[in-house]
Amino acid sequence: MNAGNDIAIDVRGLSKSFGGREVVHDLSMQVKRGSIYGFLGPNGSGKTTTIRILCGLLTPDSGEGTCLGYDILRDAEKIKRQVGYMTQRFSLYQDLSVRENLEFVARLYGLADARGAARDMIKRLGLSGREEQLAGELSGGWKQRLALGACTLPNPKLLLLDEPTAGVDPKARRDFWNEIHALAAEGLTVLVSTHYMDEAERCHEIAYIAYGHLLARGTVDEVIAKSALTTYTVTGELGGLAAELDHKPGVDMVAPFGTSLHVSGRDAAALEASIAPWREKSGLHWQKSHPSLEDVFIELMNRSRDNFQ
Amino acid sequence: MSTIRATGPVSEIRDRFGFLRRSYAMMAKEFIQLRRDRVSFAMIVAIPVMQLLLFGYAINTTPHHLPSAVLLQEDSDLARSVLKALENTAYFRFVYEVHDVEDFDNLLKSGKVLFGVEIPRGFERAVRRGDKPALLVAADATDPVAASSALGSLGMIVQTALQHDLYIGDAPALPFEIRAHARYNPAAESRINIVPGLVGTILTMTMLIFTALSVTREIERGTMESLLSMPIKPVEVMLGKIVPYIVVGFIQAFLIVNIGVFLFGVPVLGNLLLLAALSTLFIATNLAIGYTFSTIAQNQLQAIQMSFMFFLPSLLLSGFMFPFAGMPAWAQYLGECLPLTHYLRIVRAIMLKGASMPNLRFDAVALAILMLVAMTIAVTRFRRTLD
Repeated sequence: MNAGNDIAIDVRGLSKSFGGREVVHDLSMQVKRGSIYGFLGPNGSGKTTTIRILCGLLTPDSGEGTCLGYDILRDAEKIKRQVGYMTQRFSLYQDLSVRENLEFVARLYGLADARGAARDMIKRLGLSGREEQLAGELSGGWKQRLALGACTLPNPKLLLLDEPTAGVDPKARRDFWNEIHALAAEGLTVLVSTHYMDEAERCHEIAYIAYGHLLARGTVDEVIAKSALTTYTVTGELGGLAAELDHKPGVDMVAPFGTSLHVSGRDAAALEASIAPWREKSGLHWQKSHPSLEDVFIELMNRSRDNFQ
Repeated sequence: MSTIRATGPVSEIRDRFGFLRRSYAMMAKEFIQLRRDRVSFAMIVAIPVMQLLLFGYAINTTPHHLPSAVLLQEDSDLARSVLKALENTAYFRFVYEVHDVEDFDNLLKSGKVLFGVEIPRGFERAVRRGDKPALLVAADATDPVAASSALGSLGMIVQTALQHDLYIGDAPALPFEIRAHARYNPAAESRINIVPGLVGTILTMTMLIFTALSVTREIERGTMESLLSMPIKPVEVMLGKIVPYIVVGFIQAFLIVNIGVFLFGVPVLGNLLLLAALSTLFIATNLAIGYTFSTIAQNQLQAIQMSFMFFLPSLLLSGFMFPFAGMPAWAQYLGECLPLTHYLRIVRAIMLKGASMPNLRFDAVALAILMLVAMTIAVTRFRRTLD
């Protein structure tokens, strides 16, 4: 093990292209041991590619670094033994039962008592009584719990979860996150990619990646603070207001949230000037507020599209 | 900000051609997909061309220059000119000359020759005395097609060829008797020949398909991604996918041989254990080849097409449908690369000729080499990453 004992993932300058299109560009990141690290970004931004590089499924075109102290280029086999990777698409065997899937994984990792390990995991997952059910017949939420169980079965030190909660109902999502926090409390490092803002807010640290570029990182509060976005929340008779404000100088983003409207801009002075005519209008209530994480991300995404596309 | 506007419903008049428009849309889509699937596209050309070339050039149901041995118990001028005359018929090509009956029998048994001509001791003297001695021509009738045309016209042709010979002259009949003996299948029954061959063809077909889909199926179902992220080596994946089907193949072989013996009365003269052992080798070889296809194919359809492209020449060039010895040299070399060719020799030799391991060493080694080559390609082709 090298000096960075409290760092689980430490990579620098990762790049990867497919057919001439650069999917990950010069990406560097550090993830502390025992932390939950959220990986956010639009579809096709390079999240899955980065995760696959970290667990040795893809070789980066350039860049270097370590994962659990092992070199990601040379020690892929050692990394595989200590990493649990949960793929975006359900990738257990649909035609094997819950128990058979878990026993298969346990045997691949060479666990001494594969049956016992599978039995314990079934209990921990709350799948008792369903162990003989085929994995393909489970509901979305249970499938995802089973997949998490399968990748934690060999007691990994690092979990890589690629959009684990896509298409899962809110209750199952909450249970899932409670489980992840419990695992992190036991010392496991978790890197999780997601589209959901509420999930991002449950992470210790987040990184935002778009078009292969890492655009922001830190705690949720740090990312919001660094964005330097000024946001107003408008309520009242909003009819037509969004269309009128859009594309005014200083107005970078107009987004309806239920009965209110978020109006944001990077240049506070220009924004104030542009919205001044509407601020006095009767029936509209303006309030200066903090941007939400979503405001920040959409703003980052719009900005990066201007820069990279 | 952009809005997506719904377009209005298609007018009633245009919808009268709805049937044609929808069919056209489907056709256009199919053509685009076909064009993108390079392998399928190549098959459209490759299958007819391959069939035609193989049928046209490689297959010959009245084969010539069949490998033959001569058991020479007398080295006389007459014996030499009779052999020459036999070779001049273009049916025989003498590749072995032996002086011992046991060697002679082994050559036939191992399938190295299809015919054996025995020139008995005192042949020339008996001819001069007008005793009409017997010239024995033994044929391997496990493949009746190859043997029959040569045997059928033997007497006539030999006489014509010997016409200007010193001892025979213009005699109205041959001064010796040609006694043809169809060994191993004296009644030239085709089922005796076909049933052992079917063991091989059925196994080729079923074994290839079992493993040809194994890797592509994991990729298509998405299970390969998590499998690759776990600590398992390519050779372990391969063995895990091949071994279960060896059992399946063994059960199949057992069924076919039993049906052949009890329903069709095909004999099993040789050692059953040897047959079982070499059949297992053949099963494993086909599974390894199927597995290799699955590491090369990009989807399940391509894997099936590759198996088909392999199965077709196996049927045509192995000696199952048409006599192996009758094919031109290039087709024979191609045939030697197919496991079915070697297994057919093995299964026919054990069941019909009672051959033992020393007779079959060449074909057994050939099968083992083909299996190892396929496995090596499979392990190197297996992608350990998703790159």
